[in-house]
Amino acid sequence: MANTYTLIEAKTLTTTTTSVTFSAIPQTYTDLKVVVSTRGSDSSPAGLLVTFNGTTTTYSHRYLLGDGASAASGTNAYSIGSASIYAGTSDGSSNTASTFSSHDIYIPNYTSSNYKSVSLDSVSENNATTAYPVLTAGLWSTVSAITSISLSFNSGNFVQYSTFYLYGISNS
Amino acid sequence: MAAGSTYTPIETQTASGSVSVITFSSIPATYTDLELVMAAQNSDNYCVMRLNGDSSGLYSRTTLIGNGTSATSGQASNNTSWFPSNGSSTVIANDIIQIMNYSNTTTFKTALTRMNQSFDATYAAVWLYRSTSAISSISLTSPTGNWITGSTFTLYGIAAA
Repeated sequence: MANTYTLIEAKTLTTTTTSVTFSAIPQTYTDLKVVVSTRGSDSSPAGLLVTFNGTTTTYSHRYLLGDGASAASGTNAYSIGSASIYAGTSDGSSNTASTFSSHDIYIPNYTSSNYKSVSLDSVSENNATTAYPVLTAGLWSTVSAITSISLSFNSGNFVQYSTFYLYGISNS
Repeated sequence: MAAGSTYTPIETQTASGSVSVITFSSIPATYTDLELVMAAQNSDNYCVMRLNGDSSGLYSRTTLIGNGTSATSGQASNNTSWFPSNGSSTVIANDIIQIMNYSNTTTFKTALTRMNQSFDATYAAVWLYRSTSAISSISLTSPTGNWITGSTFTLYGIAAA
C-alpha cells in the first residue's frame, strides 16, 4: 500500500524565532506540502512570506483576501514585490491570546525543470472583528529544483509554540 | 492530515508530444473521495473537464475570484463541462480538485476546487454535477491545442476507512 504522505521534518519553536528553514529537502517525492501554525511577535498581524533555495528574486503572487468586512485582491502584499510569495496573514500579539493562524502551502512538481506554481491557503480567526482568510496563487519563475524552503514574517518573529511541518507526497 | 493508505495514488499522466485529451478511465469505486492535482499548461489557459464522458448540461459552478485588482464571485448553470483554469503557453499553474463521495449512486456530485494562476487570478470554487451515476472516468481536454509537454495530472483516491 502506498505511503503517499511522508513527514520529512517537523519543527516546534521553543523560543521566539526570526525564520524557519527546511533545508536539504530530498528530491525523491512528487509534491511538497508545508503546514504551519503560527503567531507573530508584533502587535499587528504579520504577513507570512515564503522563499525557496535562499533566493529573493523572480517570485509573483495573486491573493484573494477577506478581513471580516470586505473582500479584496492584490499582487503585492506587504510590498514584497518579487522577493517572496505571500502565504497569508498571521495573528499578532494584540490579537486574542492563544490564537494561532493556520497556513497550508502545496508545491506540485518541486523537482521539475519548469517554473514552480504554488497553492497557498490560510486562516487567522480570533473571535474579533478582523481576521484574514487568504487564498494565494504563487509562482517562482525559476527552473531549479526546490531544495530548501524558508518562512518568515514581513515584520516581527514567530513566537514560541509555532509549528512547521514539511510533507513529501508521492504519486506512486 | 492524510497518512499511510488514506491517500492512494491511482494514476499519474504526464503530457508528451501531441496530446490534447488526458483521460482517467476505469476509476476504482473503492475510495470515498477523489483528489485531482494538475500542474498543467496549454494555450487556452483553461480546459474542459467531463465526468463519465458526459457532455450534457448537468454541470454548474460558483466561484470566488481574486484577479489581483478586485475580489468577485460568479455563477454559471447548465454547462456542458467543468472548466479548470490552468497554465498558459508560457507559465505553469496548478489546480487541486476534490470530488466528494464520487462513487455513490444516490446523490449529485460536488467538488471543491482551488485554481492558482499567478499570471491571472486565484480561484476557489464549488462545482456541481447533477448526476447520480458513480464517477468512473474523468477527461481533461485542451480546447484548441495540445497540452504542453511536461504537464502533469495525478488522481488520488481518498479512503475514509
